[in-house]
Amino acid sequence: MSTGNMNLTLQVWRQKNSKSAGKLVDYKLSDISPDMSFLEMFDVLNEQLITKGEEPVVFDHDCREGICGMCSMFINGQPHGPKDLVTTCQLHMRSFKDGDTIVVEPWRAKAFPVIKDLAVDRSAFDRVIAAGGFVSVNTGNAQDANNLPIPKSKADAAFEAAACIGCGACVATCKNASAMLFVSAKISQLALLPQGQPERYRRVQSMVAQMDEEGFGNCTNTGACEAECPKGISLENIARMNRDYLSAKFISEEEV
Amino acid sequence: MSSLSKAFTSSIGKKFVMGLTGLFLISFLIVHVSINALIFLNDSGETFNVAADFMGHNIVIRIMEVGLFVGIILHIVQAIILTSQNNAARPEKYAYNKASANSKWYSRSMGLLGTLILMFLVLHLYHFWWPTKVAVYTHQEHNTFQNIVMIFQEPWVVVVYVLGVISLGYHLLHGFQSAFQTMGWNHKKWTPVVKTVGIWFSIIVPIIFALMPISIYLGWIG
Repeated sequence: MSTGNMNLTLQVWRQKNSKSAGKLVDYKLSDISPDMSFLEMFDVLNEQLITKGEEPVVFDHDCREGICGMCSMFINGQPHGPKDLVTTCQLHMRSFKDGDTIVVEPWRAKAFPVIKDLAVDRSAFDRVIAAGGFVSVNTGNAQDANNLPIPKSKADAAFEAAACIGCGACVATCKNASAMLFVSAKISQLALLPQGQPERYRRVQSMVAQMDEEGFGNCTNTGACEAECPKGISLENIARMNRDYLSAKFISEEEV
Repeated sequence: MSSLSKAFTSSIGKKFVMGLTGLFLISFLIVHVSINALIFLNDSGETFNVAADFMGHNIVIRIMEVGLFVGIILHIVQAIILTSQNNAARPEKYAYNKASANSKWYSRSMGLLGTLILMFLVLHLYHFWWPTKVAVYTHQEHNTFQNIVMIFQEPWVVVVYVLGVISLGYHLLHGFQSAFQTMGWNHKKWTPVVKTVGIWFSIIVPIIFALMPISIYLGWIG
């Protein structure tokens, strides 16, 4: 079935469930095409495992177009592998060399427990969003376009923050397993726009409180998250979140 | 928990204390290094001793000294709490983590660098702060400059001091700009300025500090 000529050794994290201990298991793969995506290479591995009567490797994936944020592999020490600004599904085998050994681990964080093998439970992110990552607006007829004036620079910054797909690479790569890049992006995309203003200070306090509650670590500004983010989310968002939070708690006395 | 203590124990609140005390300690370094630099006048420590005497006796400085120790202790206590929480946030470590691909080693080693600085600081206080205190409270004359010249005759002391300020330099290289980011100060025009100033500060200040033991040991000053 495979048409390529790459021979690879995979060291894949296998773990039965969240309670059992896991370990790295070696798999040899041959005739891998350099044009395959990383997940297609895993599909080949799983077909071979199924044929042999072994359990296939469980991993998260959905759109395979780099926009859904489901895939989540920690490949050779980096989330989503060695390439900048791509998710695992958009990583191709041409980024590796024939004969390479590739280590594949799940995201590791207390707040992201392993479900099985490479799949982790990222519902902590959902709970952070539920704590305030929304605007409470009444639905109705659509307004006229440009009814609310928004400076172009703000609209662009909000759009860039909104590009976050919530994959969790920032948490995975952070030495402290901090979720501040994710949370700050979700806060910024609303804080920058007029629709986000009424709940701006309530939102930042609730979401930060929920983030702390989930057991994510504290940011030490190493910048690893920004460097590894497949969507290029900027550290400026963390500064904005800090600014809004500190101003709510210490300057403008906004209660949650 | 009151809302104020909640604010201070939140992740951002703790970082805020870290950054604020860090900037306060940086401001102390400016005073310290400026007074140290007086020895390079090479007047057998005459001007330097006047400044050192002032720092040892002036009541305002004495009160600020208490504030300085409070700042150092807050910085350390906060660091211990943050580090233990951060370790707990990832109970199972990666088998293979290529951290060098995305961040600088010193930004990931602030705890280690801080510990080295603290160890150096204990020796440093024993060498210089303690004798000054003893002299003040026993009402004796204390020639700080002579004490310096005497202490820096030992090669191992010179080496330890140079290593101490190198640790300080790397700690500052990350800490200086990081403190501003934590405060929420991120500006298109000013942040690059802060970063550049931070880099030069982290290079120049440790070099002036290091030049002191080196030049005394080599007999350039005495």
